[in-house]
Amino acid sequence: MIENRPGLHLAAHLLLIFGVCVVALPVWVAFVASTHGPTAFMSGTIPMWPGPHLVENYSRMLDSGLSTSGTPAVGHMMMNSLIMAMCIAVGKIVISVTSAFAIVYFRFPFRGLAFWCIFVTLMLPVEVRIVPTFQVVADLGMLNSYAGLTIPLIASATATFLFRQVFLTIPDELTEAARIDGAGPMKFFRDILLPLSRTNIAALFVILFIYGWNQYLWPLLITTSADYYTIVAGIRRMADAVDGLPQWHLVMATAMLAMIPPVLVVIFMQRLFVKGLVETEK
Amino acid sequence: MKRTIFNSQLLPWLLLAPQLAITFIFFLWPAAQAIRQSFLRQDAFGIRTTFVGFENFQRLLNSPEYLNSLQVTAVFAVSVTLLSMGFALILAVAVDRMIRSSRIYTTALVWPYAVAPAVAGILWWFIFNPTVGIMPYVLGQLGYNWNHISNPGDAMTLVVIASAWKQISYNFLFFLAGLQAIPNSLREAAAIDGAGPVRRFFDITFPLLSPTTFFLLVVNIVYAMFDTFAVIDTTTRGGPAQATNILVYKVYFDGFVGQNMGSSAAQSVFLMLIVTVLTVIQFRFIEKKVAY
Repeated sequence: MIENRPGLHLAAHLLLIFGVCVVALPVWVAFVASTHGPTAFMSGTIPMWPGPHLVENYSRMLDSGLSTSGTPAVGHMMMNSLIMAMCIAVGKIVISVTSAFAIVYFRFPFRGLAFWCIFVTLMLPVEVRIVPTFQVVADLGMLNSYAGLTIPLIASATATFLFRQVFLTIPDELTEAARIDGAGPMKFFRDILLPLSRTNIAALFVILFIYGWNQYLWPLLITTSADYYTIVAGIRRMADAVDGLPQWHLVMATAMLAMIPPVLVVIFMQRLFVKGLVETEK
Repeated sequence: MKRTIFNSQLLPWLLLAPQLAITFIFFLWPAAQAIRQSFLRQDAFGIRTTFVGFENFQRLLNSPEYLNSLQVTAVFAVSVTLLSMGFALILAVAVDRMIRSSRIYTTALVWPYAVAPAVAGILWWFIFNPTVGIMPYVLGQLGYNWNHISNPGDAMTLVVIASAWKQISYNFLFFLAGLQAIPNSLREAAAIDGAGPVRRFFDITFPLLSPTTFFLLVVNIVYAMFDTFAVIDTTTRGGPAQATNILVYKVYFDGFVGQNMGSSAAQSVFLMLIVTVLTVIQFRFIEKKVAY
């Protein structure tokens, strides 16, 4: 603080409290809606304070789901989301860390070309080439499988660049010392590079977990069997059925369940999350 | 460049193999297919395909629907960017003043990053639902009859708010980091010279923040153009009357629902060009930021 202006300071606090409330408003409304019974919405407007049906609504959705919409139990969809998010995060990290190792620590023909191939993926987000990518996955028989849900999404230029940056800052003396001691490339990779990039890996994991959990378009297209629905993609199928029969309280309970895991990750791993966010944009 | 390297010709290829295989099968091959299909035309039964040159592109640029979609995308991207960055900047400036409470406020403001765009869409769709939502009720009291199902302006407002809301936390974090990187001595010197808080913000803080602002402009435009598919799909689905049919939604809709492969492929090619330009701008800028 530069000078003492209590009035301005108070105004800043009020502004921030207002901002926090605006940001939290939609989630509060959803939470309130998810704690009421189906009749609360018939009266015209929805109530602003929680009702008595919290446990009932949530346990019903987790165990059995909304049968009229053809979606499975939310617990099952959350499990699918978890599998998808974990596979994407781990897969991206594994293939990126090995690619970056190859690019930084070896000289081989077409190294530049390989680097460019990876770079180009930045310019081809899945939304842009959705139709032909879907055709490829369908031709490979990967529809309705965890492989189809995850593998096409795990190529990552950003993660590769991040690890490349990290490896470039590791002093050459370490590599020399390892070589003098007789360590081969894989031993150096396992015993020196990986431990040194531990926090980068953790930070990246947080970002990629959220990325994987929040995928929408891809799982929506790839899964036609309810066994493989993820919660984020399943929620629209549920909201569709709502137009026929208003089950707002159950849809909002599902929305809450869909956002709780990634939001908890951000809140409890805030330091790693911020680090990951800033690093992946470099 | 590393001075010390390992000598092996085979090992680096083995290490790169998974990444390159996925890149070729799921990125480069589909992109090549999109380019190939953009020059082809299928007959109504999907049996015969003929080479038509640039006809798909010409049709696209002459189609009022596509031009409308371009315009909608521009309005949408600019609105989302300005709303989200403006709100985030005000909050970041306020948090930057705080000492003890800054961590709590930061936590209270960053979590929406983790909310999926699809869930953000559902939440705002519920709030603005004409029959049970609270906002139409409040607006009704003020004399405005909200209906995003039939009113194009209302529909655009809804998708802009839902998309901007989710992006606030991202912008906030980067603005806050940018503000904290500005040396306090500069602001102190200005204060001694008699500049008030508002003057200091516009003459010192905001100009020094310009690298962050420019970076966020590009990131937000990319976000609004390519990552908001889920918001559109869970709220308006491009309607009413194409009022919120942004480019990425149209590619999907024409390809999967309309089954118009030639046109969808041509749209994919256009989109790839747009992403390429934006990526190049972003990378050029980042090179500059290092020197700044």
